[in-house]
Amino acid sequence: MKYYDKLIFELSKKGRTGFSLPENEFCASRNGGVKPAGCLCKALPDNLRRSSDLRLPEVGEVDVVRHYTNLSQMNFGVDTGFYPLGSCTMKYNPKINEEVASMPGLAALHPLQPESTVQGALEVYYNMEKALAAITGMSGFTFNPCAGAHGELTGLMIMRKYHLLRGDLKRNKVIVPDSAHGTNPASAAVCGLDVVVVKSNADGLVDVADLKPLLGDDIAGIMMTNPNTLGLFEREIGEIAKLVHECGGLLYYDGANMNPLLGVVRPGDMGFDIMHLNLHKTFSTPHGGGGPGAGPVGVAARLEHCLPCPRVIREEDGTFTVLHGSEESAGYVSGFMGNFGIILRAYAYILSLGHQNLLLAGKYATISANYIKESLKDCYKLPIPSICKHEFVFDGLINDGAHDDVPGATTLDVAKRLLDFGFHAPTIYFPLLFHQTIMIEPTETESKETIDSFIEVMRKIAAEAAEDPMLLKAAPHNAPISRPDETRAARQPILKYWDA
Amino acid sequence: MSTFSYFPHTEDDIKEMLQRIGVSSLDDLYSDVPAEFIFKGQYDLPDAMSEQQIREHFAALDRRNTKLKIFAGAGAYDHYTPSVVPYLAARSEFSTAYTPYQAEISQGTLRYIFEYQSMICELTGMEISNASMYDGPTAAAEAMFMAMACTKKKTRVLLSDTLLPNVRRVVETYAGFHGVQLGSIAQKDGQTSLESLKAELAAGDVAGIIVPAVNRFGIVEDFTGFAEAVHEAKAIVVEYCDPSALAVIRTPGEWGFDVAVGDGQSLGLPLNFGGPYVGFMACSKEHVRKLPGRIVGQTEDAAGRRCFVLTLQAREQHIRREKATSNICSNESLMALYVTIYLSLMGPEGMRKVNSLSSCGAHYLHDELLATGKFEEVFDKPYIKEFVLRPLVPVEKLQQALLDAGYFGALATEEGYVSFCVTEKRTKAEIDGLVAVVKGL
Repeated sequence: MKYYDKLIFELSKKGRTGFSLPENEFCASRNGGVKPAGCLCKALPDNLRRSSDLRLPEVGEVDVVRHYTNLSQMNFGVDTGFYPLGSCTMKYNPKINEEVASMPGLAALHPLQPESTVQGALEVYYNMEKALAAITGMSGFTFNPCAGAHGELTGLMIMRKYHLLRGDLKRNKVIVPDSAHGTNPASAAVCGLDVVVVKSNADGLVDVADLKPLLGDDIAGIMMTNPNTLGLFEREIGEIAKLVHECGGLLYYDGANMNPLLGVVRPGDMGFDIMHLNLHKTFSTPHGGGGPGAGPVGVAARLEHCLPCPRVIREEDGTFTVLHGSEESAGYVSGFMGNFGIILRAYAYILSLGHQNLLLAGKYATISANYIKESLKDCYKLPIPSICKHEFVFDGLINDGAHDDVPGATTLDVAKRLLDFGFHAPTIYFPLLFHQTIMIEPTETESKETIDSFIEVMRKIAAEAAEDPMLLKAAPHNAPISRPDETRAARQPILKYWDA
Repeated sequence: MSTFSYFPHTEDDIKEMLQRIGVSSLDDLYSDVPAEFIFKGQYDLPDAMSEQQIREHFAALDRRNTKLKIFAGAGAYDHYTPSVVPYLAARSEFSTAYTPYQAEISQGTLRYIFEYQSMICELTGMEISNASMYDGPTAAAEAMFMAMACTKKKTRVLLSDTLLPNVRRVVETYAGFHGVQLGSIAQKDGQTSLESLKAELAAGDVAGIIVPAVNRFGIVEDFTGFAEAVHEAKAIVVEYCDPSALAVIRTPGEWGFDVAVGDGQSLGLPLNFGGPYVGFMACSKEHVRKLPGRIVGQTEDAAGRRCFVLTLQAREQHIRREKATSNICSNESLMALYVTIYLSLMGPEGMRKVNSLSSCGAHYLHDELLATGKFEEVFDKPYIKEFVLRPLVPVEKLQQALLDAGYFGALATEEGYVSFCVTEKRTKAEIDGLVAVVKGL
């Protein structure tokens, strides 16, 4: 990767253009010198017209292509190298998925086209609903949420709607474990629910003794991810489900950690009533630098009437129709029917998996995580030694090299040093249960050779830390830039080109 | 063992890995899962398909859709996507990266988001933009929360009756669960009524209002007096915009508004049957602490080089958890890249031209349709690419005739009008073809 320091605005030259548009067939020269009715100076009165300059860049097509190609070369993606970012499931993004999702016929469909003209597109929704139901043990799915956090919010809306429809009006609290993803409590708050935190026990699992007194007729439900954010399977989920159901609450499954359960365990069978999936994690669609993803939400049969609108259904004659407004639906959560382009990619992935390969996906993700854990636990502190699922956490270096006045190397320093060796860093400082958390998730698409070289580098970094922690503190040494001054970014915000 | 091309594990690999872990089989890795939860049935999925089979499967699905000439808008616009846009955005250094947590190896993503934020500020005339949202309607819902957060202790947000129905429905859903009271501002002659607004403000307790720049009738609204009235009531104005039109119409900044939101789809994104699109959200400096979502800022690295980072994160959900006013933890980054590349190619001149071509085509269609005698004018108000007429023929008959001839248009509004939309992609021949169908009714 090389440093490149331009912004597109800096390539601008007055009068240069990068567009190719048709001639105006309605304009003066073809119209006997009369300006057409749609001419903007006629169509828009003065006071409705933009008066300020429009300072967009004026650049040629070649400038644009080179600029963004140069920018891309300062980026690290799954195609660049190993990306063991915990809880983000950075698995390989198959290329056939990209190809089919950009088929011109599918990409050109208007979302409001009559049902008769989009039967193929609607069938994708229907087939995906069936496939996800089979994989998760849920009954029905909505595809309208655009991301995982959006799915959480949608799921909680369904939860509240379900209670409200039953006249159960007191349930305004939701239980969230202290190890939960930060979005869980935030989603609950946006949905108008109060958050009650349940503690983890010494094994890193939900403390059932701590849970019991929280349960009552004001509990809408509990949000859990299983395995949890420490990568540990919540063994007492059967008991938890029983307790929460007995108090009239529902169980929400945060599907961010679904990957190790693919082909092994179904959330529906564990007693979960509502769940979301991150298609960009578990079902291989590219993360896109932060999006677009997709966060379909599945529900048990007794909650299906609460799913958001619009929703695709299959008629008896085999045609597909779109169900709109219903009094019992939780409502509308996005502009149309979610991120169709992402759903297509995930659908292609599921077709390539089939039932045969599905059985291996979760297991391969799990073996890789345990292998790394066992290979590094003599260099990094392993707070919870039990078998993990797709990911696990270390709590920093065993020997951080601190001596005399020299401070020890931290988790941040380890992460930055990894960049020098061509690896993306793991997730760091999350979950918040430990001070120096390093959360590693290898996924099932990495070869043993890749994983072995990662292990070797992690061991080398641990040795470097013991010897010379300052080497780590100055890392990265080989990236396009060294560590940015984040304090300055926040104190003197420059948030657009003209602020500088 | 599998011969699946995405799983690299060989039999020997598995054996060695199990050995180091100290277990004897893959199933042993699930010894912590109670046996009752291990799925023992057969997954009801099709057989695994080869690449060629997948390609054929999708081709067959595609054949069950009908390719139409799009004369409809209503929140999804058939503008032209230059070939450079998807070509560059498909570079896997962009598409297979995640949120730029490690700034040192994410300068590509961070730089284009900074450019995107700059361009959104320029289009809207606002001071600060976030790194993007899911789509326009959810951005409007977030803006409603922002109004509540900016004006503490108030409980009402007013929505103009001229907002697109899919925007209104999403805002209503979010408001219902969060406990925000929604009120309406009536429309008069196809435009949000200042009189109605003033009456609602006088009733008190208003945190903010949401009005469309270009409304569901296609009309470019006149907001003279709006900012003054709303600010006097210590509330904020959110404008829902078609960002493509902002290149030529008076901007939210010029109207003196506080927040601008909308869908970036009209900036070069394919229709994609409704998604992925990209919501945008920008505001005045005063409200930046309440702005949800990611924000990228400029700074320097240890060697003094210009670089970019995620900043102002104290606003966000992973820090504030249940105290957060939004749960968004990502953006639609790749679609923001589409927008950025599109606007770079178009520049100021291209954007004016897109609007002018669309407007000329739309006005031509409008006049030709009226001339058929099958429609009546509803509003005499300025518009660019979208307009409504009152049909004098049955709507279903009209829609079906157009469909049979390969045109998608004449979307019905709740009042029984029909709307048409013309972008720069529609040729005069196509418009004449559509008009000929109408004449034949």
